[in-house]
Amino acid sequence: MSGRDTVLGDIRSALVDVPDAEVPDGDPALHDPRSQQAGLDVVELFIERAADYRATVVRVPPSDAVAAVGRALTRAGARSLVVPPGFPEDLVPEGPWSRLEDAPPLTVRQLDAADAVLSTVAAAIALTGTVVLDSGPGQGRRVLTLLPDQHVCVVRASRIAADVPEALSLLHPRRPLTLISGPSATSDIELDRVEGVHGPRTLDIVVIADE
Amino acid sequence: MSGADNVVWLGTPPFPEAARAALADTRLRANLRRATGTIRDRRLAVTAELDDWEDLRDTAAAVKRRTLRHLDRHLLRLEETVTAAGGTVHWAADAAEANAIVTRLVQATGESEIVKVKSMTTQEIGLNEALAEAGIRAYETDLAELIVQLDGDRPSHILVPAIHRGRSEIREIFRRQMGKWGRPAPEGLTDDPRDLAEAARLHLREKFLRAKVAVSGANFAAADTGTVVVVESEGNGRMCLTLPETLITVMGIEKVLPSFADLDVFLRLLPRSSTGERMNPYTSLWTGVTEGDGPQDFHLVLLDNGRTATLADEVGRQALSCIRCSACLNVCPVYERTGGHAYGSVYPGPIGAVLTPQLVGVENAASLPFASTLCGACYDACPVKIDIPEVLVHLRAKAVEAKRRDRLLPTPEAFAMKAAGVVLSSPRRLAAVQRLAALGARLVARDGWIGVLPGPFARWSGTRDTPAPARESLRAWWRRTREAGRTTTEGKGR
Ligand code: SF4
Repeated sequence: MSGRDTVLGDIRSALVDVPDAEVPDGDPALHDPRSQQAGLDVVELFIERAADYRATVVRVPPSDAVAAVGRALTRAGARSLVVPPGFPEDLVPEGPWSRLEDAPPLTVRQLDAADAVLSTVAAAIALTGTVVLDSGPGQGRRVLTLLPDQHVCVVRASRIAADVPEALSLLHPRRPLTLISGPSATSDIELDRVEGVHGPRTLDIVVIADE
Repeated sequence: MSGADNVVWLGTPPFPEAARAALADTRLRANLRRATGTIRDRRLAVTAELDDWEDLRDTAAAVKRRTLRHLDRHLLRLEETVTAAGGTVHWAADAAEANAIVTRLVQATGESEIVKVKSMTTQEIGLNEALAEAGIRAYETDLAELIVQLDGDRPSHILVPAIHRGRSEIREIFRRQMGKWGRPAPEGLTDDPRDLAEAARLHLREKFLRAKVAVSGANFAAADTGTVVVVESEGNGRMCLTLPETLITVMGIEKVLPSFADLDVFLRLLPRSSTGERMNPYTSLWTGVTEGDGPQDFHLVLLDNGRTATLADEVGRQALSCIRCSACLNVCPVYERTGGHAYGSVYPGPIGAVLTPQLVGVENAASLPFASTLCGACYDACPVKIDIPEVLVHLRAKAVEAKRRDRLLPTPEAFAMKAAGVVLSSPRRLAAVQRLAALGARLVARDGWIGVLPGPFARWSGTRDTPAPARESLRAWWRRTREAGRTTTEGKGR
């Protein structure tokens, strides 16, 4: 008998007390998953919460966006910059950095040697200060935003959802999703929080206010 | 090697003995008190921010309970969706089967080393040891797991496995051991957590970049879409889930959720309950394989290993709702004093006391259901509302029963319970016994406290001081003052 038949058989005999007529998804949800966040200034809240987890966040008008990206890169001293496919050209700043494209795909060694990466986001979550990537245009393969030591993220205000449920409902489950809340961190040593272990040690978020 | 051998560590003494040794270690107690205190405060602060926190807990509890009642259907649905998305699903009835599946999959790639994301499930089945026997080296990549692995130690907390180690101990472990596993610790390494984290980053970087195979656990899997979720902080998870060509995820069958939408609730509950953050730094969700992005070969191993036996117990079943947040450990007065090792199991603390005996059979972990004061703090903290005290009491009865069956003679506990039953069932007998006990106890007490007692009482009294019973029992006092008074008043009224 295969492991599959054994496990399924054991589950069924363990559940003899469950009436056959009971439907698996019968209960109405006890809780409306759309949290009541009406009237919330989601942009302000997002900025506050993302900063709370040690991301560097700025809010700029569209006209200043590309300059804000440039300032973040200059501050961290970036010399090479990964630009994912589909990232808006008008948001790529001029500067002393070389530019790397992912076509043909960059090797992990090349990415590891790169200083910074730019990306857009699929969504952002105000209440938790989270950005969500879905490997869509402007974000590229997951590894692009993982290996370089600085991640500069451009977030349009209209992409900011109030809470987790609103954000998840904007996303497609079939795409690989990464929720990022501040830079990589550990609390494994005496519960002292240290930013920067394996993921990018610097997370910059540039919020572009709506026109 | 059987699963039970790893869920409970063979050769570790039963809880009371191990706890006594742990209690004598004052540094351990100081580390634990500080760590659990910090994390408790953080959890309270972020849960208080949400006005629908209690609703979330109720919803999560209901979703988990309902899912377990139809576990077979949800797993079949998961199998279907994962397969449709390009993954392969395997089923393992026990640890040996799961280890054999993973070993075979790694061997098929021709690789002799793997990187691992922190996973309780693979610890439970002793995967690293099984792989080592097949000549495959498994590298733990979570910082705390790395500390534990380098030191040849055991984890002592679900979330912070090296919670029992201080910074200077960690520095020593890194200096002594890192070189044996790969890149040595940097010269002049200090015990600043920042420096230690940097040493771990450098040590593991090489391993991530060359890894071809990764093994992970899973926090959740959504049956309707086939999406698997790993929640983490350091980025080691993202490395393992993204860089290798082959990804093998070992998941307990109880981790399945009916739908992607259910993740709403759990992604809000888990980080707040575990690390006390609004959201952990990184959460990865993936569905099968994605062309050109991440591992192109994905295997999901669904593990039973005692879970169906737990499911069969209508009271104990709720322990399978656990999302391994560790909130119950951090609020537990027993855990705070003894630490995780005393439980002698991969699953320590209150959840361990109810889960371990069920996974391995109560006769193989008979002291664990007693490793609690039944104070109920764990139940209050649990985000999925597992009534741990209820399960503990239920398992205590089973443990006593199992022991009796074993010996055919009544054990001291069984005898005491039986005697208690006789006494408690008759108010008159209870009163008589109370008078006797008060008298007896006052004979051995000093300054109102009873210290170490001789004979069969020594095991209880050796680790605690008990106040001597009052001269008069509450019942006697009540009768003398209140009932007498009431009769008098009533008498007057008549
Ligand atoms: S029993 Fe509850 S509180 Fe304890 S680890 Fe599991 S989910 Fe968390």
